[in-house]
Amino acid sequence: MEYEEAKTRIVEGLTKKSKVKSKFYFNDLAKILELKPRIAKKLINKLVIEEVLEYWSSGSTSMYGLKGAGKQASAEHED
Amino acid sequence: MAKHETPLLDQLESGPWPSFVSDLKQEAEFRAKNEENIEYQIPQDVVEDLLGVLELSFKHGRTHWKHGGIVGVFGYGGGVIGRYCDQPEKFPGVAHFHTMRVSQPAGKFYTTKYLREICDLWARRGSGITNMHGSTGDIIFLGTTTPQLEEIFWELTHNLNQDLGGSGSNLRTPSDCIGQARCEFACYDTQAICHGLTVEYQDELHRPAFPYKFKFKFDGCPNCCVASIARADLSFIGTWRDEIPIDQEAVQAYIGGEIPPNAGAHSGRDWGPFDIQKEVIDNCPTDCMWMEDNKLMIDNKECNRCMHCINVMPRALRIGNDRGCTILAGAKAPILDGAQMGSLIVPFIKVEEPYDEIKETVIEPIWDWWMEEGKNRERLGELMKRQGFKKLLEVTGFKPDPRMVSEPRTNPYIFWNEDEVEGGFKRDINEFRKHHQR
Ligand code: SF4
Ligand code: SF4
Repeated sequence: MEYEEAKTRIVEGLTKKSKVKSKFYFNDLAKILELKPRIAKKLINKLVIEEVLEYWSSGSTSMYGLKGAGKQASAEHED
Repeated sequence: MAKHETPLLDQLESGPWPSFVSDLKQEAEFRAKNEENIEYQIPQDVVEDLLGVLELSFKHGRTHWKHGGIVGVFGYGGGVIGRYCDQPEKFPGVAHFHTMRVSQPAGKFYTTKYLREICDLWARRGSGITNMHGSTGDIIFLGTTTPQLEEIFWELTHNLNQDLGGSGSNLRTPSDCIGQARCEFACYDTQAICHGLTVEYQDELHRPAFPYKFKFKFDGCPNCCVASIARADLSFIGTWRDEIPIDQEAVQAYIGGEIPPNAGAHSGRDWGPFDIQKEVIDNCPTDCMWMEDNKLMIDNKECNRCMHCINVMPRALRIGNDRGCTILAGAKAPILDGAQMGSLIVPFIKVEEPYDEIKETVIEPIWDWWMEEGKNRERLGELMKRQGFKKLLEVTGFKPDPRMVSEPRTNPYIFWNEDEVEGGFKRDINEFRKHHQR
């Protein structure tokens, strides 16, 4: 899959669910891309580098979200 | 004069042990005086406010910290753990109090120069409070603000040649025992493989794509100084396949009291003369030692390499010469399902650079399986329980081995896969009916 296609799928997929939640597990993203985790990882990394996605971490678990989505940024005075 | 009154914390200092409260007060005072003219980049009174919020938590019986966040350094999904105080007006010094994990060197060898440099960096850009080391082995920097994260990362990587460690759903910073650098029990070079795999798996360490955390730990022998068997998803424990070499003269020297047992440990008390029968032979868990004509004998086939006899008489007994490691999978400390020890998956494997066999036949097939089948927040050990050990053997291609069995079967059934049965499970019903009436 090409990067642009992955980007469209991820942005659409996450936006669709954005009312319900803003943070997603890696596997949720791999499922949206319908790819095996290792292949999906390369594309998802690129989406982070290009600042389409951003990481969220509790310390023990990591999640991904669209950059700026969710309450965290404003709630933590980091706008 | 302290910024906040802390009567409850002060009480903790009255016990017989050194107190972290005293350490914090000392650091608070150091920062207040600033005799070294450090240009503090985060609030100078951060430690005072830390003491204050801790006192408040004691008083309320609940925490005033919030965990987690999008803080991190660019391109890395781990190494920084966001932490915020939910009383920022009262304690502005700890409004942001993020943790950074700094990857420890293999074997945790430092020069004093290096330690001074990281401490200087952390005094200037953080709270000055460290935890040496966290349970993953990392150097833990406790408490800094969001704008400092990139600055610290830049200084670490550019000036100190130092990387961040793992956190989140990543490979965690691999950790090892001191190994061959100082310990004659080490059956392989723990530092070489620990460092080698850390470098090899940088992507797994910094960019989260696992269902949950994953830990490698390397113990040079079954004494398990880093407790890999209890807490690593993959534990590498040194072992040998040949015999324990015995120096019979040294055995006699132990019996005669010329050499203190346990290399002189436990010598703070008089335990009476050394008794080889009671202290070694009777304590062998597999009953494979005995004395014959005043010579110590070992039935090495039965020995399970528990290390007991070698620990007691290190000058008489040594680890064998054909050395490698045993690999166990699936240990973890309690998260979802309670604590679990590792299960043996590879009885013996040679540990030789560049570790291709270990990478290609153990680590990578296991990761592929777990990445595909693991549920979110499910550790490898939990997946092994859910899908069964048999599945683990299938994905790695290892043959079942009696040494993988830790107890008699609790399940009376033996299941076959269709491809293991001649003709498979399908049958021709018409053919069957020719011989069997309805
Ligand atoms: S685990 Fe074994 S080899 Fe490693 S330091 Fe401990 S005793 Fe030595
Ligand atoms: S290592 Fe343990 S099992 Fe082996 S001979 Fe010594 S005491 Fe017995």
